[in-house]
Amino acid sequence: MKALNNLVNKIKPNFEKGGKFPKLYRTFEAFETFLFVQGNVTRKGSHIRDAIDMKRTMFFVIIALIPAMIFGMWNVGNQHYLAIGLEEQKGIIDEFIFGFLKVFPIIVVTYVAGLATEFVFATMRDHEVNEGFLVSGMLIPLTLPVTTPLWMVALATIFAVIIGKEVFGGTGMNIVNPALLARAFLFFAYPAYFSGEVYIYTTLQEGQALIDGFSGATPLAVGALAAGGEMTYNEMYNAMPSIMEMFIGNIPGVIGETSALAILLGAVILVATGVGSLRIMLSVFVGGFLMASVLNIFAVNPLMELPAYYHIFLGGFAFGAVFMATDPVTASQTGTGKYIYGLLIGIIAILIRVLNPAYPEGIMLAILFMNIFAPLIDHYVIQANIKRRLKRLKAA
Amino acid sequence: MSNNNSQQEPLFSLKNKRLLSNPIGKDNPITVQVLGICSILAITVQVKASLVMAVSVVAVMGLANVIISILRKTIPPRIRIIVQLVVISSLVILVDQILKAFVYDVSRQLSVFVGLIITNCIIMGRLEAFALNNKVWPSFLDGVGNAAGYGAILLVVGIVRELFGAGTLMGHQVIPQAFYDLGYENNGLMILPPMALITVGIIIWIHRARDRELIDVS
Repeated sequence: MKALNNLVNKIKPNFEKGGKFPKLYRTFEAFETFLFVQGNVTRKGSHIRDAIDMKRTMFFVIIALIPAMIFGMWNVGNQHYLAIGLEEQKGIIDEFIFGFLKVFPIIVVTYVAGLATEFVFATMRDHEVNEGFLVSGMLIPLTLPVTTPLWMVALATIFAVIIGKEVFGGTGMNIVNPALLARAFLFFAYPAYFSGEVYIYTTLQEGQALIDGFSGATPLAVGALAAGGEMTYNEMYNAMPSIMEMFIGNIPGVIGETSALAILLGAVILVATGVGSLRIMLSVFVGGFLMASVLNIFAVNPLMELPAYYHIFLGGFAFGAVFMATDPVTASQTGTGKYIYGLLIGIIAILIRVLNPAYPEGIMLAILFMNIFAPLIDHYVIQANIKRRLKRLKAA
Repeated sequence: MSNNNSQQEPLFSLKNKRLLSNPIGKDNPITVQVLGICSILAITVQVKASLVMAVSVVAVMGLANVIISILRKTIPPRIRIIVQLVVISSLVILVDQILKAFVYDVSRQLSVFVGLIITNCIIMGRLEAFALNNKVWPSFLDGVGNAAGYGAILLVVGIVRELFGAGTLMGHQVIPQAFYDLGYENNGLMILPPMALITVGIIIWIHRARDRELIDVS
């Protein structure tokens, strides 16, 4: 550690003004603060500086994402071998290695593309490289099907960093969640890759064949078919995995979303470290459950008849609620606001999913939509509070 | 009336040139005044449609400015908006008929948006702000300049959207087949209106980054 610190301090003058590479100062600074906490002292205002700066906060999110990522990698391999009927012969290790080899390039491409864009902007505008992308770069791959071509991943990441963040002034200024923006970009730009029926890696080697009756459709895609009137309720129910399978997560789906168990682990880490807001997570689930129950009563199409608790496990609902909706920048800031924000996300997500079969992944659209409304919610919560206290003052 | 005016100063004096060039650059109706956004979202999927739209607006706007400028002393101020609308709509109907006669397929593609030139706020805005108070020749230049500024942005957005959305320009394949064989795909988002808005936003961004005095801090 000490040697590393000495090295960093030794090469530092090279990057400062008058040094050899002043253009690369921001790049250097980013790596320096990545390794060591800076000894900055607040000089103005009454800010409290915690030993945990933003970079460390972001690290907790990454740690919370690890269960979902590891599970996702294994599941990619598992689904692949299931599809070609080899899962009996292959052990967990084989499956994980297969998945790792497919998922790791996506993660690398996301980070390279995103950080390159960030560094370019940081150098151009001479501000610090923001840490926000450490998390976005991990979230983006987890929201993609493993079959997404790598160039699409890079394009979406660059789009999300520029249009989602840098346009508004960088980390902390963004209106919508950049990771979700990347996914929404791909979803609308290349719909064929996001239909929910091509999520399993099925490129075959010689001598391999898909097993009979293989469909590869995600449970959500099945639901969307039913909502579109192409299946009866019983057909849909039978085509869906059991609730236990959906909880564990060995079902087709995008890399990070399938396992409610892994997401739950992540949620516990987020809440325990105080990084993610429990209010938002809970209210998203409550909102979704309530809406699904209400739709149960009407039950016009088969997807509406699905038991409400199924909706919590379907598609990316849980993943979105835990990791996307709780983004501290784009969510509501006030306590009451968080409840309203979360409830509305849950309600809108289920509404879109059930009533519009063309967009089964309603949680993505719901969160992006509510991101835009979060400041408005905060505004009215604060106004209401001011009014309440004024009244109390008058009464006293 | 116009002859008298132009005798006093040369046809393309510096002031008149500015009337023509300012709206294309730093007083652009779309990127600076943010007018006429609805049509830019609707008809820029293809370059051809954008081009026809741009030419139509140049024609309507130049002529409308001239006519209103000629009539400016006889129009009662109370009903000036109605008079302006009558002038614009007659011109738009003329343009619509010409389009139908000569480029029928594009006309069908533009559908209702040719008619909606009437409601294009840039035209009304220039009539109110300029033609009602200025002589004929400057009014004409102002109209053509503003329409050209509008058309220029329309064309840029059209090129971006058609190139990335369909791989073509003016209907000709531009992106080679080899790219598609390598796995390249047309971007479906480009065909949807939000991407027109984002493209315009990026143009505004670049425009202001290059011309710092346009940045207003309010």
